[in-house]
Amino acid sequence: MKNGKFLIAPLLLWLGIFFAIPLLIVVVVSFAGRTPYGQVIFNWTLENYVRFFEPLYLSIFADTLWVAVLTTVFTIILGYPLAYYIAQLPKKWQQPGLILVMIPFWINFLIRSFAWVIILRSQGVLNTLLIKLGFITAPLQLLYNDTAVMVGMVYSLLPFMVLPIYVSLEQLDRRLLEAAYDLGATPFTAFRKITLPLTLSGISEGTILVFISSLGMFIVPEIMGGAKAALVGNLIQNQFLSARNWPFGSALSIVLAILSLVLITIYYKALAAGKGGGKDA
Amino acid sequence: MIRLEGISKRFGDQVIIPPTDLTVNEGEFLTLLGPSGCGKTTLLRMIAGLETPSSGKIFLADKEVTDLPPYRRDVNMVFQHYALFPHMTVEENIRFGLKMKKVDLQEQDKRVEQVLAMTRLQDLRHRYPKQMSGGQQQRVAIARALVNNPKVVLLDEPLGALDYQLRKNLQLELADLQYDLGITFVYVTHDREEALTMSDRIIVMNKGLIEQDGRPGEIYHRPGNEFVAKFIGETNFFDLGDGLTTLLRPEKLNLCPEEGDDGAHPAPHFFGTITDVVFYGTIDKVFVDLDGSKQEVVAYQYFDDARKWRMDERVGIWWYPQDEVKLSK
Repeated sequence: MKNGKFLIAPLLLWLGIFFAIPLLIVVVVSFAGRTPYGQVIFNWTLENYVRFFEPLYLSIFADTLWVAVLTTVFTIILGYPLAYYIAQLPKKWQQPGLILVMIPFWINFLIRSFAWVIILRSQGVLNTLLIKLGFITAPLQLLYNDTAVMVGMVYSLLPFMVLPIYVSLEQLDRRLLEAAYDLGATPFTAFRKITLPLTLSGISEGTILVFISSLGMFIVPEIMGGAKAALVGNLIQNQFLSARNWPFGSALSIVLAILSLVLITIYYKALAAGKGGGKDA
Repeated sequence: MIRLEGISKRFGDQVIIPPTDLTVNEGEFLTLLGPSGCGKTTLLRMIAGLETPSSGKIFLADKEVTDLPPYRRDVNMVFQHYALFPHMTVEENIRFGLKMKKVDLQEQDKRVEQVLAMTRLQDLRHRYPKQMSGGQQQRVAIARALVNNPKVVLLDEPLGALDYQLRKNLQLELADLQYDLGITFVYVTHDREEALTMSDRIIVMNKGLIEQDGRPGEIYHRPGNEFVAKFIGETNFFDLGDGLTTLLRPEKLNLCPEEGDDGAHPAPHFFGTITDVVFYGTIDKVFVDLDGSKQEVVAYQYFDDARKWRMDERVGIWWYPQDEVKLSK
């Protein structure tokens, strides 16, 4: 067994090249300063992290968290019924159903976001339709506000919620529901007492995926939120591309990563506590 | 207690069960016995309300329940693989039915304690199903049904997943439990031994049809047709030239030596040569090729050192006339 540790070497190399080294670079840069022209100078300063605590940036972080929470909640509300519907289809229709959920991934994300712009803008598909049908007389402001950002976020992250929930529903033993009916549970009660608790793992996996993805999202707010809606993702993107302040961008990235880690840890702790002794369930 | 009137089940064009009548008496241990796919489980599930009959009516304690959903029927089922709720402890599993029926809390506690004691699960009450053996899970499944004091308990091959020895023990336990409680049991199995040991009455089913309905002794000793005779145990069929098939269980066949027999029994019907003697513990299975035909018969002989049958020995086969079962061809 003394050579066993070499077997892990390829994995370490892989993780090192693609994960550890880039992360290390970001960490190092986050403690650096910059020249007026955007050159990074390594003068070991905490200035970037201090700057994060300015009210402007704190409020952007707070907004981002709030948007991420809302996005997660809405994807659960919309995703669970969809996953449930697909899971109860006859076996041969389930695969096509899942493919329909995933088809949007085949199209470039930018293009899909612009498609939403075409639908929601003043002379867009939805406004035109509503005017033609006589429901409204003047176009509604559907784009470039918080609602539009939410629509875009939920739309783009929904599959990440649907797929894990589908998997957990698909693994659910239907006989448990029959047993519940047999013991006097109505379909609604059986759903509440059996289906929902036993598919919680799917919901929590989806929650992690959606929540983390929405924390870093910058394309949707950029395209659909207009100038008003700046989230952490946009802030970081700006630091790297427009403001040319890599050190501050790096510091923000590190803060975001640590924040995500802390939240996930709390989340898993809470989940484990809520389940009580049901660790084998 | 249960009355089925013209109950049938079709899936598309396929007839699973043609219109069938069946009555289950109060306090009876009734077994539906048959090979897999014979419709016995479908029949049980229709009584439970988990399957909708294509035609006919179901009465439970003289009340029609044909269109009632399972959660409004006063029956409880013990499922084949138990279907215990994995996220609930033993006690929570058992209490589930009482909670659903909103039984008051003190009564709940009392009844849960009762069935925990009855099934000897007191010490396991806080376990989760995954932390228990198959036999223990089985007892939880039974407790979960019994705690509701149902009019009828439906059991779908409840011992099928257990090993032989455990199954033997639980068969007796279950039969005792049923006897003590006096609750009507409808039990589905494909295991004839199980059916013979436990039941007051057996319904033998094949391809959705009821082949025979009778007490275990009748089914075994007086099978109504060839299917039942073969399904319920080893059987020898003879043609004695009377236009009927004569049927004899292997333990009813007696052997005597061809030469030097004392003749203190009915004369042998056939002579033949022993082709094999297989030791089975309490009995020897003796296989005999009959003279003048290719037919092989099997006779069970109690192990006896004084008269040990050997291969290639010539023997006569005789039986008492009252042991014959005549079937029309």
